[in-house]
Amino acid sequence: MADEASIDPAHDTGEGVRRRDFINIAAVSFAGVGGLAALVPLISQMSASADVLAESSTELDISAIQPGQAIKAVFRKQPVFVRNLTPAEIAEAGKVDPGSLRDPQTLEERTKEGKTNWLITMGVCTHLGCVPLGAGEGEVKGEFGGYFCPCHGSSYDTAARIRKGPAPKNLEVPPYEFTSDTVVKIG
Amino acid sequence: MSFPWANEYKPSHPLMQWLDEKLPLPRFVYNAVGAGYPVPRNLNYMWNFGILAGVCLMIQIVTGVVLAMHYAANAGVAFDSVEHIMRDVNWGWMLRYAHANGASAFFVVVYIHIFRGFFYSSYKAPREMIWLLGVTIFLLMMATAFMGYVLPWGQMSFWGAKVITGLFGAIPLVGEPLQQWLLGGFAPDNAALNRFFSLHFLLPFVILGVVILHIWALHIPGSSNPTGVEVKTESDTVPFHPYYTAKDGFGLGVFLLGYCAVLFFAPNMLGHPDNYIAANPLSTPAHIVPEWYFWPFYAILRAFTADFFIIPAKLMGVLAMFSAILCWFFLPWLDTSPVRSGHYRPLFRKFFYVLLVDVLVLGYCGGAPAAEPYVMISQIAATYYFLHFLVILPIVSSIEKPAPLPFSITEAVLGKDEGAVLTSNPAAA
Repeated sequence: MADEASIDPAHDTGEGVRRRDFINIAAVSFAGVGGLAALVPLISQMSASADVLAESSTELDISAIQPGQAIKAVFRKQPVFVRNLTPAEIAEAGKVDPGSLRDPQTLEERTKEGKTNWLITMGVCTHLGCVPLGAGEGEVKGEFGGYFCPCHGSSYDTAARIRKGPAPKNLEVPPYEFTSDTVVKIG
Repeated sequence: MSFPWANEYKPSHPLMQWLDEKLPLPRFVYNAVGAGYPVPRNLNYMWNFGILAGVCLMIQIVTGVVLAMHYAANAGVAFDSVEHIMRDVNWGWMLRYAHANGASAFFVVVYIHIFRGFFYSSYKAPREMIWLLGVTIFLLMMATAFMGYVLPWGQMSFWGAKVITGLFGAIPLVGEPLQQWLLGGFAPDNAALNRFFSLHFLLPFVILGVVILHIWALHIPGSSNPTGVEVKTESDTVPFHPYYTAKDGFGLGVFLLGYCAVLFFAPNMLGHPDNYIAANPLSTPAHIVPEWYFWPFYAILRAFTADFFIIPAKLMGVLAMFSAILCWFFLPWLDTSPVRSGHYRPLFRKFFYVLLVDVLVLGYCGGAPAAEPYVMISQIAATYYFLHFLVILPIVSSIEKPAPLPFSITEAVLGKDEGAVLTSNPAAA
């Protein structure tokens, strides 16, 4: 290094930019950018793969669900609840002032127009992801008549809105559409 | 790195002399855990648990590598492959029980090791780095144990994975994408199981690496001791071998008796029957609990039931749970008392035992259902937990009048130290 310094006057005085500095910065930057670029596939491989994403829409025939009944289906490997609300349950949901709720929403906002009786939500508690009870025949529906999560005691009402317990949000309404009067496509 | 009076490695056999010149590995071992490492002469049985933790890590790695030869990390067959290990593989039942209960044994030993550190303030200067590395090992152990518990793909495995990755969903904005990235899907499935298996195989070796750093950092100041008084002269120490190899050997025998008693006579005592039911994404078990060693932290997670200003209850619980361990990193600077050992700190000692009870209470609540009175008890105990580290410790350190310390380790052991007379009263000499 001593020889190098003596043939480069700028280095001796400690001032100025040497041509070698440019090569150093360029080489290290290039290696840095290359290294970062190599991280992209390493991180991205962890995300949902194409086959997992390909399964993410579900078609359901709902003609057999009587008022007051509900079914559990599978959407994105998670349970989804399809519930045919009774007029009493719809009235019950309408009685609550949305402003007083933790996650203010009306039943109308959570269902499709003209199909207010069809409440379609994920069966995934918004607290830590357990499956709430209340969709199956004879299951506990909690004190608000909707769903009850046994893990940490969250209670949902007849519009699947969070009313009590640690969950922060209402049960999520997945994207869905009615392809006919009796068939619904989720996702 | 060691005291000047440490024995020097002098190989007598020509082959060992040749090896010592080319690769001084025997010299390294001799200086690390042999006669070349002088250790305080007064260590009690609380100092056995570091070695025991090392033995547990070895048991886990050996049984784990063998289990991996028979296990299939695929959501379709994982549960069946574990049953295959239990029923068909020669000695498979013993290897799996040894691994499952080995994890519990590892945590028992490490919790005692950590509370030894709390009582004797082993984290204080000049041993902060040993402590920081130790907390890092504990965090890695928790991650490893969690992922290992998912592998049998039973009901508790599946719902444990769902709940714990659900914690990341509490993080604002990035939470949900992060959760899906961690799982490789919308719920735990094949992608998650495979990556957990890969990481569960990798992390123990990362732990082994950090353990080596932990021991390296330990050998710079040397081991602490029950008086907390630093080593002064050769009479304060004895060589690690044969004195502590013998003492640790005895402790290891006692430990193995307890471990084998559980392994052979109550192998499912610490497990959950629900995990012998194959994973079912559509049905949550009535009572989800993590393994016992996570209970105190699980209780802190669940203690937050109301929103805290703008922070939702769920996020608050997650933050508190992680902070409960992260605050240990600051311990060397929160406890400012110059006296190390709890034996000479009357006030600190009382609060130490209160903390011990507090953590046991949290542990009990963490394993109990999320109902009253457990939620309220968890809330009180969690509050006290943080008060202890963040408020009580600094205050106690500043107001406490410690008991008089012995002049040296030798004096503490023999009642008198010839060196003390010479040093403190030169006229008498």
